[in-house]
Amino acid sequence: MSTEFMMIDNMPVEIAGEQNILAVIRKAGIELPTFCYYSELSVYGACRMCVVEDKSGEIHASCSTPPQAGMEIRTNTPRLRKYRKMILELLLANHCRDCTTCEKNGKCKLQELAQRFGIKQVRFSNTAGDPELDTSSLAIVRDKSKCILCGDCVRMCEEVQNIGAIDFAHRGSKMTISTAFDEPIAATKCIGCGQCAAVCPTGAIVVKNDTAKLWKDLSDRNAKVVVQIAPAVRVGVGAELGLAEGDNVMGKIVAALRRLGFDEVFDTTTGADLTVLEEAGEFLGKVQKGEKLPLFTSCCPAWVKYAELNHPELMENISTCRSPMQMFGAVLKEHYSHSNRRVVVVAIMPCTAKKQEAARDEFKEAGVPYVDYVITTQELVQMIREAGIVFSEIEPEAVDMPFGATSGAGVIFGVTGGVTEAVIRRISDDKSVPALRAIPFSGVRGLQGVKETSLDYHGREVKIAIVSGIKNAENLIKKMQRGEKYYDFVEVMACPGGCICGAGQPVTDSEGKKRRSAGLYETDRMSTIKRSEENPVIMALYGGLLKGKVHKLLHVHYHGKA
Amino acid sequence: MNATVDFKEVDEILARYRYSAGSIIAILQDIQAKYRYIPREVFPVLSEKLHISTAKIYSVATFYENFSLHPKGKYVIRVCDGTACHVRKSIPMLERMRKELGLSETKVTTDDLLFTVETVSCLGACGLAPVLTVNDKVYPSMTPDKASELLAKLREEDCDAVN
Repeated sequence: MSTEFMMIDNMPVEIAGEQNILAVIRKAGIELPTFCYYSELSVYGACRMCVVEDKSGEIHASCSTPPQAGMEIRTNTPRLRKYRKMILELLLANHCRDCTTCEKNGKCKLQELAQRFGIKQVRFSNTAGDPELDTSSLAIVRDKSKCILCGDCVRMCEEVQNIGAIDFAHRGSKMTISTAFDEPIAATKCIGCGQCAAVCPTGAIVVKNDTAKLWKDLSDRNAKVVVQIAPAVRVGVGAELGLAEGDNVMGKIVAALRRLGFDEVFDTTTGADLTVLEEAGEFLGKVQKGEKLPLFTSCCPAWVKYAELNHPELMENISTCRSPMQMFGAVLKEHYSHSNRRVVVVAIMPCTAKKQEAARDEFKEAGVPYVDYVITTQELVQMIREAGIVFSEIEPEAVDMPFGATSGAGVIFGVTGGVTEAVIRRISDDKSVPALRAIPFSGVRGLQGVKETSLDYHGREVKIAIVSGIKNAENLIKKMQRGEKYYDFVEVMACPGGCICGAGQPVTDSEGKKRRSAGLYETDRMSTIKRSEENPVIMALYGGLLKGKVHKLLHVHYHGKA
Repeated sequence: MNATVDFKEVDEILARYRYSAGSIIAILQDIQAKYRYIPREVFPVLSEKLHISTAKIYSVATFYENFSLHPKGKYVIRVCDGTACHVRKSIPMLERMRKELGLSETKVTTDDLLFTVETVSCLGACGLAPVLTVNDKVYPSMTPDKASELLAKLREEDCDAVN
């Protein structure tokens, strides 16, 4: 088959199955501006920033025009520049321009493109409205007045996450993004995954910022502030702080946190190791007793909330294990229960839904939460910057005892398939090195949304599915309920790709996601301890702090009301 | 005061369209024909049976001017404000009715749910300008005084119907 070409700005560029010209143009190294285009979402074609001009002078939106062999287009003519500037000016005329006090300052696509296109003045009078805040959610904050109606959030919520909490409402100049009847977002089926905020180009949907609370606690002498850091965080901050995307910078994060004033610094991976043992135990128990399967994982709070709201019938199939964060939070609160200071357990998470999880009644004892609050990776980056810590210079340090040892199995929780791989390492009969090395090739790794694998347990074939993205989970559930598919164990992560792509992480592209994933697997490779049960800290916990309290501290029964 | 929704009736409407999400507009029209507006209570039911989100249904219902999410009066008065009616003084007649009924551009329905007064861009009866319709009956060559008389007549009619 001969290759097909098209001409972009007089350069021949190969067409290799791209769905639209925009993808071909970007492949050719031209960063055409867009607000409403994401390759994983359907094409909307609303923002018109990606327009190109063909040979006859006709204008096309490149995101919604399929490439054809022999096509000749230009991406940067005077006319196109004029159009783009006009669109930007019109958007800015209707937009709050107090950039310096916006949560999205420095990360806003509108700000970035206005700068890139040199918009020095807006010729139209400013018709921006007053802020219209919805602060009902613990995960995200919406401000309708900053919305440019690109619809990215709507498509993300519906197409990838199968929720549809928000949609366009009204028409013409009155159009807004709204929940049904403009209810507060917390009253809808929103699961707090935050993916809407991750794709929002402006400050219309942002992750809820809890850093003020944390700064206050850090400066309180009567508070002992203990922090745990999730696996995905260590590979998520590099690019933001002047290092390579996907590099594991855990040591630097630990050092930075100590400088910020945290009293004790720990790794959520310890909690993940507990989760592996508890979840594997629960699963094998069900297999041996012939109890109802599949067992769905419970690490992802957005998934748990989705199941509660949409599949109450599945709640008995969801593992009773708390998420690693909550297991570890409970252990930490127990460990410091005799402290003469007020103990504050903070978790740094790649996740917005964790903010909601921390506030759930199930995770409180006598009204006091096990994890007091959660800050996201992005908030951590902001705090490091605010404190003036030069991250690239800081010398790495190790986490504190007595929870200092972690396993490779725990660290890969941060990527889709990681929980499953960790559980497989725990339950597989063959504990040899070659067997361990063969697991990555069994289908558990990779960022694709649906994966399948199986393993042999005492002669019984255990069928496993791994899904990320709630729409993928929903499709799988439907297939299982129709009897088309059967699985014994199902791992679900709400964010496509798993926690490394969580909405609390700095936004990255697909290449960055691959690097973050690779960063975690490399950490695993470099870990002396590969399996959770080999972690001496965990064994010491079972023999000590957890004695007689395993169920109380590590398991949960959701009341069904999110 | 909202109409109580008979969910069996709603289900009959849905069944008529074979629970097809693609028929959402027709379904909403039938529901509106029944209740004179789309009651909020039907949204969760439609969402569940049609497998579309309530936000999406709200999106459709707010896009079209014809759908109302608020209960409408027994008598829906549509005053034509097309060019022909406008130049023949439709506005004074509209203002008279609004004043008498205590209504405005934003408050279109009386609290007793008897009258709704709306404007339309053109009823296509320019020869009869200024014109209005009450439910589906056309009243041609209206004046403010004739409008007042009409309101009084409709009130009487309603009383008779009750007694």
